[in-house]
Amino acid sequence: MATSKPIRSRKTVKDDPQPGNSLKARPFKRPVWELRLYVAGMTPTSIRAFENLKRLCEEHMHGAYKIQVVDLLERPMLARGDQIIAVPTLVRRLPTPVKKIIGDLSNTERVLVGLDLRPAGGWR
Amino acid sequence: MPARAVQKKKKTTSPGLSSLVLEKVPTGIRGLDQVTHGGFPKGRTALVCGGPGTGKTLLGLEFLVRGALLYNEPGVCIAMEETAQELVTNMASLGYDLPQLIRQKKLAIDYVHIERKQIEETGEYDLEGLFIRLRGAIDQVKAKRVLLDTIELLFLGLKNDGIVRAELRRLFHWLKDAGVTAVVTAEMGERTLTRYGLEEYVADCVLVLDHRVNEQISTRRLRVVKYRGSSHGTNEYPFLLDDQGISVVPITSLGLTHTASTERISSGVPTLDAMLGKKGFFRGSSVLITGTAGTGKSSFAAAFAGAACARGERALYFAYEESPSQILRNMGSVGQDLEKWINRGLLRIHATRPTAAGLESHLATVYNEIQEFKPTVVVIDPITNLVAVGDLYAVKAMLTRLIDFLKLKHITAMFTNLVFGSGIMEETAVGISSLMDTWIVLGDVDQGEAERMRTLNLLKSRGMSHDTRMHRFILSNKGIEIHGNK
Repeated sequence: MATSKPIRSRKTVKDDPQPGNSLKARPFKRPVWELRLYVAGMTPTSIRAFENLKRLCEEHMHGAYKIQVVDLLERPMLARGDQIIAVPTLVRRLPTPVKKIIGDLSNTERVLVGLDLRPAGGWR
Repeated sequence: MPARAVQKKKKTTSPGLSSLVLEKVPTGIRGLDQVTHGGFPKGRTALVCGGPGTGKTLLGLEFLVRGALLYNEPGVCIAMEETAQELVTNMASLGYDLPQLIRQKKLAIDYVHIERKQIEETGEYDLEGLFIRLRGAIDQVKAKRVLLDTIELLFLGLKNDGIVRAELRRLFHWLKDAGVTAVVTAEMGERTLTRYGLEEYVADCVLVLDHRVNEQISTRRLRVVKYRGSSHGTNEYPFLLDDQGISVVPITSLGLTHTASTERISSGVPTLDAMLGKKGFFRGSSVLITGTAGTGKSSFAAAFAGAACARGERALYFAYEESPSQILRNMGSVGQDLEKWINRGLLRIHATRPTAAGLESHLATVYNEIQEFKPTVVVIDPITNLVAVGDLYAVKAMLTRLIDFLKLKHITAMFTNLVFGSGIMEETAVGISSLMDTWIVLGDVDQGEAERMRTLNLLKSRGMSHDTRMHRFILSNKGIEIHGNK
């Protein structure tokens, strides 16, 4: 059983045929947030990171994001692809450019900056 | 006899002790295992530090590659500075086929890239991701050797030094538990051995590489700074990076322990042999020929090398003044056909400009050539030109090491030395005559209008009765002929 099951929000945007378009259309259209959280086992830190992330996504990108959790203990080879060395690491795969935030995401402000949601202030 | 008693005692205690003594893993790098008395500490981590471009990565990679090829010990490289592709290219220039080793599962390379700009840090984390990658790579090839190059880039990539330090400590413990022998490379610090103080964590074996430029000529050197639980050579050893990788020259002043041979070999000039107690030089001795310009030093050297080849022995001729073809032509004119010995593989002429490399590199080249060609006779013609690249003291130090090495190998060596003007005795340029067993002085005397007379004087020849009179000699197309008393 794959433990890295994608956790989708209730309203993942599916109607965008080409993810690239969403970028170009950024000012007009809600972007798709594709996030991946790398952890190594369900440690207190990983659980905290996931909870922080979930809360933050609901607040700031409601309905337009998907989170995939990758447990490197189960799928070690995936660490190479995204150049993971620290855990937890959050990777913003979309919108590009790729961004990485490491740590338990406890400082919401820094996470927002890291995700380019600050100081731009977001789209809401 | 006390000496024997000690030996016996040593023998009986050694089996019990040997299990306690630090086990070592041979690196397979030429010369390095001699300097470290056996290689790196098994199951531990060795630190290789040095400035940029000193060959740290290469040394580490060669440790892996040679381990895989020679000792059947697969290796893992965690590369943080260069991509796998760059490493493959670099090693290809040294004749190593990394992709093949990777296909054969003898090597795994994982390029770890950290871009600080892309990374935001918030809250707690650890480096388990790196551990997982390392573990994965080790499992993949069942590695016995690991290279972390350059692990201290973690400090550059991550902001939280405290976490990095704690994790590195954990990493080194983990490597020890995993039983792999690891090499860690690090950049030289200003006041400390490494910029981020890695030597605090890795304290078992520390090597320092160095790349110095002196009067526009560079020399690479290696030194074992620390080797816990083991004896090691403490000098700075020159090393070379050539098309076969790294070679450390493990020669130093070995001391006077070589055994002296009583065997005699011909100088190649029968009349000179006659002066040398009628038999010639001692095998393994060193012979110095000094003389002003054009007195025939090279002719004696060529005769000496030719005689060795005629006995079926190998001779190695280092020429620092003339190209091989020039030597062959000139020596042909004095009746010395060297070409046939080259064709039969008995003679090798290695010609370089002294200024092409530093003294230490010359020493290293001489050492490597000797190791490879295995001659019984070596000619260095002339040593004077080496003074052009080093000061007298350095030249003497180099020659001392070279002569010790040659004597240990029972190689008979002839050095020629150009002196200027008439003060032959005083100007034995480098003052190296004390290192020599036999010293021949060539000169010429003006005989009025028409003639110049060549003279030969056997100034010293240790351990044999010899003719000390001044002789005259003739150089003709029949060779060298020494006549009776002047």
